[in-house]
Amino acid sequence: MTMSRNPQLNAHGELIHLLSIEGLPRAVIHQILDTAGTFLSVSEREVKKVPLLRGKSVFNLFFENSTRTRTTFEIAAKRLSADVINLDIARSSTAKGESLLDTIANLSAMHADMFVVRHGESGAPYLIAQHVAPHVHVVNAGDGRHAHPTQGLLDMYTIRHYKRDFTQLSVAIVGDIVHSRVARSDIHALTILGVPDIRAVGPKTLVPGDLREMGVRVCHDMTEGVKDADVIIMLRLQNERMSGAMLPSAGEYFKNYGLTAQKLALARSDAIVMHPGPINRGVEIDSAVADGKQSVILPQVSFGIAVRMAVMSTIAGNDT
Amino acid sequence: MTPLLLDAEALYAQLREGLRPMLRADSAIVGIWSGGAWLAERLQRDLGLPGPHGVISSTLHRDDFGERGLVAKADPTHLPFSVEGRPIVLVDDVLYTGRTIRAVINELFDFGRPASVALAVLVDRGGRELPIEAAYAAARISLPPTQRLSLAHDASGHFVFDIENKTA
Amino acid sequence: MNILIKNGRLLDPATGLDRHGDVAIAAGRIVSLGQAPAGFQADQQIDASGLIVAPGLVDLAARMREPGQEHEGMLESELEAAAAGGVTSLVCPPDTDPPLDEPGLVDMLKFRARNLSRCRLFPLGALTRGLAGAVLTEMAELTESGCVGFSQADVALADTLVLMRALQYAATFGYTVWLRPQDAWLGNGVAASGAVATRLGLSGVPVAAETIALQSIFELMRITGARVHLCRLSSAAGVQLVRQAKAEGLPLSCDISINSLYFIDLDIGYFNAAMRLTPPLRQQRDRDALSAGLADGTIDALVSDHTPVDSDAKTLPFAEAEPGATGLELLLSLALKWGESSGAGMARALARVTCDPVRVLAPALGALGDSAGRLVPGGVADVCVFNPTAAWRVQPQALRSQGKHTPFGGWELPGRVHCTVVAGHIAYEASRPPAS
Repeated sequence: MTMSRNPQLNAHGELIHLLSIEGLPRAVIHQILDTAGTFLSVSEREVKKVPLLRGKSVFNLFFENSTRTRTTFEIAAKRLSADVINLDIARSSTAKGESLLDTIANLSAMHADMFVVRHGESGAPYLIAQHVAPHVHVVNAGDGRHAHPTQGLLDMYTIRHYKRDFTQLSVAIVGDIVHSRVARSDIHALTILGVPDIRAVGPKTLVPGDLREMGVRVCHDMTEGVKDADVIIMLRLQNERMSGAMLPSAGEYFKNYGLTAQKLALARSDAIVMHPGPINRGVEIDSAVADGKQSVILPQVSFGIAVRMAVMSTIAGNDT
Repeated sequence: MTPLLLDAEALYAQLREGLRPMLRADSAIVGIWSGGAWLAERLQRDLGLPGPHGVISSTLHRDDFGERGLVAKADPTHLPFSVEGRPIVLVDDVLYTGRTIRAVINELFDFGRPASVALAVLVDRGGRELPIEAAYAAARISLPPTQRLSLAHDASGHFVFDIENKTA
Repeated sequence: MNILIKNGRLLDPATGLDRHGDVAIAAGRIVSLGQAPAGFQADQQIDASGLIVAPGLVDLAARMREPGQEHEGMLESELEAAAAGGVTSLVCPPDTDPPLDEPGLVDMLKFRARNLSRCRLFPLGALTRGLAGAVLTEMAELTESGCVGFSQADVALADTLVLMRALQYAATFGYTVWLRPQDAWLGNGVAASGAVATRLGLSGVPVAAETIALQSIFELMRITGARVHLCRLSSAAGVQLVRQAKAEGLPLSCDISINSLYFIDLDIGYFNAAMRLTPPLRQQRDRDALSAGLADGTIDALVSDHTPVDSDAKTLPFAEAEPGATGLELLLSLALKWGESSGAGMARALARVTCDPVRVLAPALGALGDSAGRLVPGGVADVCVFNPTAAWRVQPQALRSQGKHTPFGGWELPGRVHCTVVAGHIAYEASRPPAS
């Protein structure tokens, strides 16, 4: 089966899966952000549940471990009154050699209505979306290095909350961009929403010149990269990158690319500091900055639940 | 009275007077978005009630989510007071099938347990599909199902009625 | 068996032959071109009116998946696919299971193929035992069993000392070494480095993986004097290096696959595993350079790179999917289509799949090389009769190969094979349904 139409959209151009932010019309992104706003207020009520997904089964299929992300999806689905089943695939049938699609077929036989999938390989959710039954929806919770669309959306929600107008912003993304699905989703979202100045900051091994093709300004000097920025998004440096052929050590990385109060002072005085978490204190960001008044890292988490509720309710309401 | 002769401002005046006897000391007016919200705003002012009025949306409890998906544009529910133990008066422009009221009552109860819930509307056009009634309706009329009736503003801010022929 | 092919347009790019006439075949050889000899009694007649009669195609890269990988393609189905594609001779790489590093395995393969009488099969022997890149194989013994050259298939040989010794040894006997120019470490990605791989989050293979390997191979050729055939070029920079090396006089030839000639990285689309190929699909400029190189002869041959892959191995996330695509049944049509769209013309396009591949093989073919890939009176009767304008749609499930995965699925292509003759036997005829 060839996928010539964007597989995320149905024949009417409505969102039926969320696989990537690429190719989403600006209006769809704003719609999701607006809906998230509604759900944020739900979280402040006595009764934090709404019945939109009542009777539906949401299966969390995490081929890569992540308690954080899985928990926020679980909370989001439960607040929509869905039944949630968590599947830790790494330790189950796939480890015994069951193919990805056989796993999906077996789960579908258990009447899953929605799969939330995190997988180590770029493109895996597309394969799944191609093969699920017609009424089933797929949410990409992170695939390889390719995309983490709900994180991208919640990052945009955060920026919209504090900065309102995307079209006047300078946004710096700092860290291991070449391996980051969060960075890719953020870059796509920022571009679609009209941000004129996006900077990718990091050493050449982690921020290759290729990235220019995505429409960003590549900076290997952090002082240049954060100068006058309105938003600084710090990315997590994974352990396996810290020593070896990409970077010599966490210490040297922090010295040149870590966010300290000094470097933050080069940005605009009202700049916000974001991080998708979990934070490596002293590696990509100084504790004082992570806990400081410009940091919006904790609000990002609560926005994350509302955004995921918005995504799940939006796609569940559209016919595939 | 045919729809073309409905004078929204006149009906509003009747609604305002009809509502007065329904109010108790601690009653709160809650308008159903969007037409009811405009009514509630004006009523709160004209009746000299203390504090802010509430606005409530049916979006999250609608029964047609499976067919229509999430309705795109609706201001979220905003109830700047406690619902617990208070008599609530819901206000809306048009009462028709009653499904919106059902959804709104469910939404209201997510916030607490009111002492009572009453409904006051500008126009009751019949066609109920649920056992729901308004304690006060300024006008009772009949419209064919192909026509959609709702409240609107004209250029100078006065209430007017909008009648649309539904294509689908 | 006496065969008379009547009234076709005889086309042989090797000799410039292009005229109407008959071809008379007897005892596996072409008896005459043009007019059948007086008294020639044909057991079988083929009406070639409106059709082209050309030499049978010679495909320098087609995997048969035997021995060992039978679930992916058996000799029967793949040779049938070859015949249906007008291919009369093919070269298969040694990456079978076990690899073709023992004369017994080669003997068996050749024996099986000969009995099927569908297509001549020329195996490449493994350059090192088990393709492990450490110990040389018995190249002389393997050649005696029928190997036409030695190769590592797609298995990188990183140890330059071993590679140099292998080339030296092959050069001793005048054997050709067939090498994929791909660096062992830089070549490990799943998609070509560039905007698309970056956007899709796929590990990249930079052009340097090919150019570094090419430069190393050329240096070793200068030292050892070995003859090398470069398999599956993919980049503009690579073509340019080959051009310079040929101008220098190094004894080398090269080929490209049908996939690289037609597709670019953008065609991966939404992680379409049919585009998971090795070498990976590069960018527009690379494709243009490959086409220009094929036209001006820098690239000697166009190959199908036929690689049957099981559906289970393709319905996986892109990076995990097995690379490869079916191609034997598409080679002729794609060559013709290229000839037309590039302006190179049908004769030149046909040359790249008939006489030019034979030139690459010639040192190993012996007497066969005098007439294979050509139409020569007294020469071997390996003929392909086809309709150059008839179009057909590529329907993967209808292909004879057990490999159903092709990036060309759904394409409409010109050129239908009407009849294929191998060694004077009819190996394929269009009216016959596929053997079950």
